[in-house]
Order: sequence, then structure tokens, then C-alpha cells
Amino acid sequence: MKTIWNKHVVLERRSILLTVAILLVVSVGGLVEIAPLFYLESTIEKVKGVRPYTPLELAGRDIYIREGCYNCHSQMIRPLRDEVERYGHYSLAAESMYDHPFQWGSKRTGPDLARVGGKYSDDWHRDHLIDPRSVVPESVMPPYAFLSGRELELDDVQAKLAAMTKVGVPYTQDMIDNARTDLMTQADPFAPARDLKGRYGEAVLQRDFDGDPARLTEMDALIAYMQMLGTLVDFSTYEAEAPENLR
Amino acid sequence: MSKRETDEITGVETTGHEWDGIKELDNPLPRWWLWMFWAGVAYAIVYWVLMPAWPGVSGYTKGMMGHSDRAQVAQQLEALQQVRGEGAAQLTNATLQEIEADPDLQQYALAVGQSVFGDNCATCHGIGGAGAKGYPNLLDDIWLWDGTLDGIHHTLQVGVRSGAEGARFSKMPAFGRDQLLTSAQINDLTELVLVLSRQDGDREAADRARPIFAEQCVSCHGPAGLGDQTQGAPNLTDGEWLYGASREEIRTQIWSGRNGVMPAWAGRFDDETLKALAVYVHANAGGR
Repeated sequence: MKTIWNKHVVLERRSILLTVAILLVVSVGGLVEIAPLFYLESTIEKVKGVRPYTPLELAGRDIYIREGCYNCHSQMIRPLRDEVERYGHYSLAAESMYDHPFQWGSKRTGPDLARVGGKYSDDWHRDHLIDPRSVVPESVMPPYAFLSGRELELDDVQAKLAAMTKVGVPYTQDMIDNARTDLMTQADPFAPARDLKGRYGEAVLQRDFDGDPARLTEMDALIAYMQMLGTLVDFSTYEAEAPENLR
Repeated sequence: MSKRETDEITGVETTGHEWDGIKELDNPLPRWWLWMFWAGVAYAIVYWVLMPAWPGVSGYTKGMMGHSDRAQVAQQLEALQQVRGEGAAQLTNATLQEIEADPDLQQYALAVGQSVFGDNCATCHGIGGAGAKGYPNLLDDIWLWDGTLDGIHHTLQVGVRSGAEGARFSKMPAFGRDQLLTSAQINDLTELVLVLSRQDGDREAADRARPIFAEQCVSCHGPAGLGDQTQGAPNLTDGEWLYGASREEIRTQIWSGRNGVMPAWAGRFDDETLKALAVYVHANAGGR
């Protein structure tokens, strides 16, 4: 049989050529799967209301990741009837566009948290983090009481925002320069918030999240983060069937 | 190099490849495996044609079935609404009082209310609604805010100190933390509250606190400490405590004034669910 397949020896006997040929073949799969994600509109849709995290929320998000919350809680409501019935509108790609890394997942030992923002009070979150079984007797979540005893690290706030700009989060220089002030402002209900809200929008929650006004703790940051989860998009005006959203 | 020959021991032809004296028998693939492979290939091609599959330059192939997860879930939710149809429509059209008066409709509302309560309210108020420290008990007929059917419905919609428009709002001051009263005055006040609630308080200290009570507390809690539902001020004499009955706990509440928050649910639930929930909570609390 004299066919092209018999020419295999040309590749198999030359390791450099074989390596190049393997790279060529493998890159086809990569190109087809990955390249379109950078230009297809349906993967980069912009939705009104989505904004980068405030410095306090970003600090809270870092604590969320540090404590491994994602091991038991996903932040992705799938477009399935039962999930939408329980958790609310299914998650949009745009809602995690400023998440680095994203917090999607399918491992749910605890409930999905994509829309937990505003569902419970700050007090509840604090009580629940200090002792989950004090409010949910059947819970298997470990306690995180130490969070209310730990002062929030403030020295790296600006660096955190600056690092996020490197992966494409549109923090302005103004936001980075004022990150520390913005962080303190958000956790203090009596601080003038005009600048903070000017930078991040009127809907930014400003209050003492952990019920301990004397101190700025990791509990403040984590609750501030959780109370805004899934609240940015106004679904009373969002139309899933609109042409720009149905792609 | 490429010389096919028949292996003497097995009688099978070799592939003709030889590497350092090692040759390979050219056994055919098992039939079942091969058929599965081709069936897999065929399935993939059919799938490409029917379902969204390949990315292109300006979009992706939509597939002949026009499948979309978003459209599908919208359809399923609509179908669900159809199933609920009649009951839901009746809830929408009836007033709260009419729902409660009609046994069938009330049963329907209670069933809806129970499932929604378990998923959303039980987290704070407990599975059965008995509450916990800091989270009101919904089973008794003692209400911080208006406990009528309409009152409960309103509280569900706007919440308490939720930040939503028209939310129920009141504020217990932090008399100690914000230095409105001295530590000694708060000690006396604590005794007065204990006396008012017929617990074992120091009567002498309580009498000392009466002028302070008249000055600081009566505007919300009333001269006799009976509370005021229009401003969410608890009755101090009824033996029901949100933040604990002990001397220590009462003092803490006067000192740092915890003010619980209940979220507004109007944006999360549709109208008939809110109505069902109001009927459910009202019935649980004795329906008065």
C-alpha cells in the first residue's frame, strides 16, 4: 500500500519536526475553542449596572477566597427552572466580568451565593459567621468567629486595585489613589460619601457592616462583599429576550 | 522498515514497523469498539447540525433546532406559571381578607407560603417561625410592628430598616456607647425595666430611674412601657424579649441599642407570593 500514511517515517524519525507538527495540530483545537471568545459579542456582553468592586468589597472578596468559601459555595445560578425558582435570575457572564479569579462552580455543600446580597441582614451574616448553628441549626458550616477580631489590613489596598488593572479591571488612577479613603468611608455610616459614590455609583452600601463601629475588621469587609453580590443588575429592566441579550 | 510479514507464533500479520528488533502485530480493533467510535462521530455531526456548536467570525452556528438555554428556562418558568395558573390568578385577584375567608384558597396560600418561608424566612425566623435571639418569634401574637394581615403584608414588602423606600423604621439609641447616659443611669434604667417586666429588679434603683425613663424612653415605649406598634417599639412588660430577658442582656441593649434589619421582599417575590406569605405568617401567629 503506497499511500500518504506510509510517509509517517519522515515525521517519526525527526523529533524536532515531530514536535513542530504536534504543536500545529494541537493549536488548531486551541484556536477554534479559545480565539472566538475574544471577539464573539455573546461572550463579552456588557450589562448596565455592573461595576468594579469598591476597595472594601474587594478586600472582602480576598477574604472570601482566602478562607476557601468557594469550596462549598458557588456563585453561578444556572439557567435551569429549579435554580431560578430558588435563587433568582440566572447569572449573566457580565456579572462576573470583574472577578479575577471567577467564583463559578458546581460544588454546593452550601447554597449558591450569587444573589445573596440583600437577602439577609448584616446582623444575620455576623451571627451566622460567628456561629452558623445559632441561626441555622442543621448547618455544617464551620464558624468564622475570628474574622470579627481581626483588623482589616489596609496597607495593600491600593496595590490590590492596581493589580486588578493589570488583568483588565477598569479602575481609574483616581480610584487607586483614593482606595484607602474609599474603603474607610464605606464602612463608616457617618463619613461623607459623595466622592465614594461618585466613583462607584449611588447604590454603594455605606454602613457599619459588623455592628462594631469602633473597629474596621475583616468581618466588615466580608459582609460588605456578600451584601452586594448579585445586586448590580436591575432585572426589572433587564430583558433577556432583547436582541443584544439573546445572542 | 515497512515490510509486512506473518508472525510465526500467532499467525497474525505484523504492521511492518520494526524498532530495535521489536515488531507489532496488526490485530484489528475490537468490532464493538470500532462501532462505538463511528457512532460517536456520527452523533457529533448530527449534534453540530441541530444544536449551537461552531464559532464563526461574527457569531456561531445556531443549529436547526434553535436551542437556547435562556429561551428554554423562560419557557419552563412560563409552564410552571401555567401549572400554578388558577391558584396564582385567584391570589392575584383576591384581597388578603378574601383569601383568608375562602378555605380552599387559604389552603393554597398556606402551601405556597410554607414553601417560600422555608427557603427564605426560616434562615432568620427558624424553620417553624419561633425565631431566635435577635430574630422575632412569629408564632405568638406579640408584634413589634402592625400584626394585622395588611400590616404583615406591608412589612414583608418594605422590610424593617431595610433601606428600601417606605421601609418601617425606628431606632433604639445606644445610650451608653454614644454617651447619652452615664453608666450609673443605665444601671438604674436596667433595674426599672426589670421591675416593669415583673422580674426581680432593685426597686430603689428603679425609682431613681423613673425621671430618666420619662425623659428618654416614653416617647417610644410609652409612659407605662407598653410599647407602640406604630414605631416598632416593643412592649417592655409582656415578658417577650428580642435580645434576652436577663439583667445583663437588657443592660447591653440599653447600652448599645441593637436595631435588627429585615430585608424588603417586594423585589424578590411576585405579588401573589407575597400575599401567600402574609396569609401564612398571619395564620401561624394565631390569625388575629
